[in-house]
Amino acid sequence: MSNELELSRKSVPLIEKFVKNFIKLSAFGAILISIAIVLTLSTEAINFFQSPEVTLKEYFTATRWTPTFKNPEYGVLPLISSTLYIATIACLISFPIGLFSAIYLSEFASKRTRKIIKPVLELLAGVPTVVFGYFALNWITPNIVQKFIPGTGVFNAISAGMAVGIMIVPTIASISDDALNAVPKGLKMGAFALGSTKRITALKIMLPAAISGIIASFILGFSRAIGETMIVTIAGGQYPELNLDPRSAMYTITSSIVNVSLGDTPHGTTAYNALFALGITLFLMTFILNLASDYISRKYRKVYE
Amino acid sequence: MNSIKDLTKTNKEKAPKEIIFLCVLYLSISIAIITLMTLIFDILSTGSNRLFSDYEVGLVTKQQINNPQDFLTSLDSRDPLKAGIGPAFVGTLWLMIIVVFTTFPLGTGAAIYLEEFAPKNKLTRFIELNLTNLAGVPSVIYGLMGLAVFVRLAGFGRSVLSGGLTLTLLILPVVIVASREALKAVPDTIRQGALALGATKFQAIFRQVVPSAIPGMVTGMVLGLSRAIGETAPLIFMGALTYVNYYPDSPLSGFTAIPIQVYNWIGYPQAEWKNTSSAGIILLLVMLLTMNSIALIIRNKFEKDW
Amino acid sequence: MKGVTLNMENKTSSKIDLDSVFSVKNVSVNYGDFVAVKNVSMEMYKNKITAFIGPSGCGKSTLIRSFNRMNDLVPSAKVSGEILYQGINLYDQNVDPVQVRRRIGMVFQKPNPFPKSIKENIAFGLRVNNMTDNLDDRIEKALTQAALWDEVKKDLDKNALDLSGGQQQRLCIARTIAVEPDTILMDEPCSALDPVATKKIEDLMQLLVNEFSILIVTHNMHQASRVSDYCAFFTTKATEDGRRTGELVEYNDTKTMFTNPIQSLTEEYISGRFG
Repeated sequence: MSNELELSRKSVPLIEKFVKNFIKLSAFGAILISIAIVLTLSTEAINFFQSPEVTLKEYFTATRWTPTFKNPEYGVLPLISSTLYIATIACLISFPIGLFSAIYLSEFASKRTRKIIKPVLELLAGVPTVVFGYFALNWITPNIVQKFIPGTGVFNAISAGMAVGIMIVPTIASISDDALNAVPKGLKMGAFALGSTKRITALKIMLPAAISGIIASFILGFSRAIGETMIVTIAGGQYPELNLDPRSAMYTITSSIVNVSLGDTPHGTTAYNALFALGITLFLMTFILNLASDYISRKYRKVYE
Repeated sequence: MNSIKDLTKTNKEKAPKEIIFLCVLYLSISIAIITLMTLIFDILSTGSNRLFSDYEVGLVTKQQINNPQDFLTSLDSRDPLKAGIGPAFVGTLWLMIIVVFTTFPLGTGAAIYLEEFAPKNKLTRFIELNLTNLAGVPSVIYGLMGLAVFVRLAGFGRSVLSGGLTLTLLILPVVIVASREALKAVPDTIRQGALALGATKFQAIFRQVVPSAIPGMVTGMVLGLSRAIGETAPLIFMGALTYVNYYPDSPLSGFTAIPIQVYNWIGYPQAEWKNTSSAGIILLLVMLLTMNSIALIIRNKFEKDW
Repeated sequence: MKGVTLNMENKTSSKIDLDSVFSVKNVSVNYGDFVAVKNVSMEMYKNKITAFIGPSGCGKSTLIRSFNRMNDLVPSAKVSGEILYQGINLYDQNVDPVQVRRRIGMVFQKPNPFPKSIKENIAFGLRVNNMTDNLDDRIEKALTQAALWDEVKKDLDKNALDLSGGQQQRLCIARTIAVEPDTILMDEPCSALDPVATKKIEDLMQLLVNEFSILIVTHNMHQASRVSDYCAFFTTKATEDGRRTGELVEYNDTKTMFTNPIQSLTEEYISGRFG
């Protein structure tokens, strides 16, 4: 063994430099994607509002959305109200089902049951939305909605909302389940030691302790429902005016984006730009909700760390 | 003080309130599961005869239309009994190839940087915030962005390449998160062990940590891919919905994909189309199930007991 | 503990007739504003086993990790003072920590073989150090030196994680000596092992010390008295803000330390009255 001690730095091989820069760029790509989304949406949307056919005021106050008609009207109100309407139906379904499923999974189910049910929920989460749309149109509408609620049309908000609701159940269940599992065991044991039943412990101890995580899951679920496209396009119909009757068709932001893009909308036309105005409207709605959800869930994680 | 009688189970755990509550929980979890089963059953019952056996038309005639494999290999048609999913199937395969070849290097690369190399500063935190938000952006927005960036700006036109790249951006956040989890699961002692032998940080990470995390990364990739092939909305902007009835032959050729083709068929009013679209859905679900099983097998096989 | 005065003069032995490997001068290690170990000065000698003992939290592991710059991995860690290795300051800005670690090997508390074959575990270190000539011979030599060859020679392609804990630790020693370092640092190498496996490692150390200088951290006094030639005793002391800082109490040859300690604190610890 040589006693010559050589401890000085060696130069970095070229390949290392290349790979390091590549992975760094990949990570910064996340910022690029965000910029691309905001930039493309906003530039085309600005073109939209600069066109003589439409004003910001009309966009937010008119009550019809008919960009491909001969006399186009660009009122986003019916779209927003339909979007929120269907999303609300979805939440009425998914909040209780999702939350109770989470309580069952984290507080009542045995390890074995959990091992079976969790993959089933994952499977449900993996079903493509076009399949849910088909199911809403061809099964939920004729077999459930039209049977129990007379006067329901082929395209209606109820079926679409129900299918969207079922679709987001796994999201809510899994995030709420995580929140419940993050509650320190001591809290639960303390409640049992004081003689609480499982129900009391779950509702009065665990639920309040995990409430911010659960709320975060609700907000995220609502945001998902707003952004859902294929189900509402297939089963929700396209009624372009203000309408609050859930038995009839509605027209969400997402389905109008799809329908406008299906029509003959060459680049540069007002109808084409309208796509991006709708896009940025939708983006802002979901973005704010996602931020809120992320903020709340971050907060609860801190509490127990 | 309670008498000893109160300690028996009948007293508290079997009170009506407890039972009702438990029933509500069972009901909730069953609704989700029953819906999934109903969905699968309904689709199998309407679609399987189109896929697996002779097709019955009307009430009296039992007419052989085409072989099951013809559905997979023939072109779309105006006739629901002859319509096949060939071009859409091949289109989906093209998309998968493009998505894998772009997502894997970018997704694992970003994950390795963020997990192993990134300094803990505001910029890194900002990248992470971006990723969280991107994961929540509706897929239809990615479609609009793809339309503006790939179709128009880059000039790829309404092609399978534009579609594939759009799907790549869509699943990148998911794949990055999964790959980071895989890297996190590799214990620090492996990094230390490699460094203590005189490996550089680069060698320690790329020769020990990353290989150990590869199964987890592949699992994340497969799950991301299975999400990508089920996506419909973003592809609509890539012109995949116009009547495309040919096989794509280059990255720049027009295309359709299975979910798009299914969406198309759902739109037709005649009852026979229902069977055809169900058959398409069965193919889609089989592909998804296969991929999910692959992910599960990889996860179980390579899950390490450190 | 109160009333003990620490006198620098009689804290360390004054033997200097041996070759010194590490020369530690006024070394403190901080994590942020927390001082983990303070003002350590000592010499460690070539081809000897030096043991660091003391209660948990006394900074002995922290100190040993600054000897091969493993502390660099903790961003908040800062080493002040001088650690000379064969006369070179390890924290000089021209010194590459990678080269340091190549010369100063380390064996960890919990056996940490790579999840690969036995052969690959040893080949990795050789590859990153460009020592791939006669790879198989080098592997055999390292495994033989680590007293593992006879047990594994038939299944070198077996996954290292399938070995027993003691075998895994000897494999880790083998891969460390395969890259021919001068010094081996051992951070509580037997704490995860049963007594039989521990005995094997201790016997192994006695063989290895002919070729390498060895530094071992242990919480087990008996182990220190069995294996080491020199022994340093550390303890913790509360600072004003209530946190605890590690300090060197006494450093001497092991025999003197265990039979005739200079500091009463050392005596208390050795006789089991605290720690």
